[in-house]
Amino acid sequence: MTSYLPPAQRIWWKVPVGRQEIVWIAIALVWCLIMFFMMPYWHVYGKQNLSTEAYKTTPAQFGPKVQAMIDQYTVRHETEQQIPVVAPPAGSDIYMLGRLWQWWPILELEKGKTYRLHLSSMDWQHGFSLQPVNINMQVVPGYEMVLNITPDVAGEYGVVCNEYCGIGHHTMLGRIYVKE
Amino acid sequence: MGNFRLCPDSGLFFDKNAESLMKVNAVAAAVSLLVAGLLALGVALTRWPAVHLLPADQFYMYLTAHGVDALLFWIIFFEIAVLYFASSTLLRCRLAAPRWAWLGFALMVIGAITTNVAIFQGNSSVMMTSYVPMQAAPSFYLGLILFAVGALIGCFVFFGTLVIAKNENTYEGSIPLVTFGAMTAAIIAVFTIASGAIILVPTYLWSIGYIAHIDPSMYRIIWWAMGHSSQQINVVAHVSIWYLVGGLLLGARPMSEKVSRFAFLLYILFLQLASAHHILVDPGISAEWKIFNTSYAMYLAVLASLIHGLTVPGSMEVAQREKGYNRGMFEWLRKAPWGNPTFSSVAISIVIFGFIGGITGVVMGTEQINLIIHNTIYVPAHFHATVAVGTTLTFMGLTYLLIPVLFRRQMILPTLAKWQPYLFGAGMTILILFMMGAGTLGVSRRHWDMDFTGAALSFEYSGMAYTMMGIAGIGAVLAVIAGGAFLLITVGSLLVGKKLDASAGLLQSFGVPLAPEAYNAEPEILPMAAAVEEHGSAGFEAPGTFILAMLLLVSFVVYYFINWKYLSSVWPLS
Amino acid sequence: MADHDPKDETRERIPAMQSLLENPFLLLFIGVAMPTVFYIIWGIMEVVTIPLAQ
Repeated sequence: MTSYLPPAQRIWWKVPVGRQEIVWIAIALVWCLIMFFMMPYWHVYGKQNLSTEAYKTTPAQFGPKVQAMIDQYTVRHETEQQIPVVAPPAGSDIYMLGRLWQWWPILELEKGKTYRLHLSSMDWQHGFSLQPVNINMQVVPGYEMVLNITPDVAGEYGVVCNEYCGIGHHTMLGRIYVKE
Repeated sequence: MGNFRLCPDSGLFFDKNAESLMKVNAVAAAVSLLVAGLLALGVALTRWPAVHLLPADQFYMYLTAHGVDALLFWIIFFEIAVLYFASSTLLRCRLAAPRWAWLGFALMVIGAITTNVAIFQGNSSVMMTSYVPMQAAPSFYLGLILFAVGALIGCFVFFGTLVIAKNENTYEGSIPLVTFGAMTAAIIAVFTIASGAIILVPTYLWSIGYIAHIDPSMYRIIWWAMGHSSQQINVVAHVSIWYLVGGLLLGARPMSEKVSRFAFLLYILFLQLASAHHILVDPGISAEWKIFNTSYAMYLAVLASLIHGLTVPGSMEVAQREKGYNRGMFEWLRKAPWGNPTFSSVAISIVIFGFIGGITGVVMGTEQINLIIHNTIYVPAHFHATVAVGTTLTFMGLTYLLIPVLFRRQMILPTLAKWQPYLFGAGMTILILFMMGAGTLGVSRRHWDMDFTGAALSFEYSGMAYTMMGIAGIGAVLAVIAGGAFLLITVGSLLVGKKLDASAGLLQSFGVPLAPEAYNAEPEILPMAAAVEEHGSAGFEAPGTFILAMLLLVSFVVYYFINWKYLSSVWPLS
Repeated sequence: MADHDPKDETRERIPAMQSLLENPFLLLFIGVAMPTVFYIIWGIMEVVTIPLAQ
């Protein structure tokens, strides 16, 4: 009955620790260090690391960049809303913006090519959730995140918004095509 | 005279002021839990795709209130009661500054009501996180600020009581381990509340038009210093209660004061850094900051949790073996009081918190792995394992203990109480496992409609994702029923349970002290624990626990690397 | 217990680590300072130093 009574010894710091605890602490510490070093290891040897390249921006700055790409590389329009489908050249800078409640525009990429994807929000915070790949990133207004992506499987992908952004949140759905 | 009463059942001394404050805080906590549980039902039945109960606006309103009531109000009211218990009651000391404590309580109540009213008026469905620039009504932030100030006062009443106890020599030697754990929780609470003030005060001023702009990235960093640390208070509080319940029910004593207190010190130093778990996929933050903070500086707070994971059940095993349950590896466990709801609550809480909550938390808090988990419904799966089972079920278990001891009522419906922790644990575990599965399949959290009705484009989740969300809904309903049973038993006991002492009538359940003649005790100085044999044996004192701990570690390692494997299969990013 | 007579103990000095663990306000200070420096201040610096877009 001592967990809620003062320790039995005035100087409890010097009471020797049992072997069982010492062994467990040693094992646990090794595991903690392994987990810690996995992260820098993956930065060097892994292929999925989030870029830390980002810039402060504004909707007035970011919007025109997106529009310039759309004007130059639109190949067709889809749906009643005439959402542009943009097929920029492999290796180029590509843009997607989040706004209430759209991911804009639709991108058409080539499999195995690397692109510099710029993401930002025009209004509130949004969540870029590429499905069914399940890559998820926070999209914050005022900040432009730039990351290199290499789509490695052809197909049609959804971009779900997974940061709550108001009543129309569930209608905020974008698309990325990856061609062979 | 006499401000203390001796509880004849537990041998605990209660200061009159502290006793009343513990009661009112516990009752406010229970009311918050009731609201949170009712809202949970609406949320769960909406996310169950085949039911899809609420319209979108109500769903987001319910979800906002569920988060605030369950994650802040229920838990922090209860924790203030725990702080007063761990200081005044366990140290046999009068409570410091009782008037301030009452003021703190009043502010917390006013704050909780203000924020709830703001949410239910409908213009503050901003989720608990209230990420700017989405704006809630000013009273939403104001209520949270008032609540936080009240809780801060509670923390300083706790520290003040520690000082009085030391100055007045109400105990011999060092403070008990449970009080030390509560102090750790209070320290983390001070950081939590200060961070909350730093971010919520400007946000409130922004909502009434005094400030033009709040930077959303800065908001996220500082808000999470509050939002995540507030859940770390829970971890520390429920670990302390695990030690308390082990001592009260089984006579367990710490395997080593040094090891357990050192583990709490690691919490003080490093636990709060994990607020970075929420910032891992934000733009522009360096990998160095992310790795250092998300790993609690080399996982030293995880080390602390792994230590408690061994020493809490280990101390119970040692105590059981001393009682003669010594056969084989696990007789001590089989012969544990599984029919006592306090014990079963704590036992289930330890297992689910460790095996699911702890492991998922570390995995999703790994810098790169967070990419495949951030903002999916895996995240609420994780924190239901930590907060709803780890903390909430532990608090439920302690409440069963407090009904006779603190409120002096006999518990009603003992058979229902016996089964309640199992039903709650089972329902929650179903909810958690299937939300984890659905999250792995990409299903989003905080999302009204996984069919995307009304969207210009379309996307279909796999059939399995729908099945999993449905089963999760069933688990949630079971857990809500069990939560209802808990409230029925506890509130029913306070209202109609047999009175165990000279009573001040029904009002004693809501903070009024017992009849004056109950307060006739003058506590003696709290003695040191009886020195039994020296610890530090060369053999393994708790071999069964060691096997269970190794099982935990193996599950941890396997699950950790499964997630790296899964990460390696997604599109390359750099 | 023979070698741990309480009367002897009262004369022995309390080890530094135990003294640290028995000082709530020192612990409070380091418990607030650690995350303030490493999480909040360093984190704010990270955000502040994000360059402007061209």
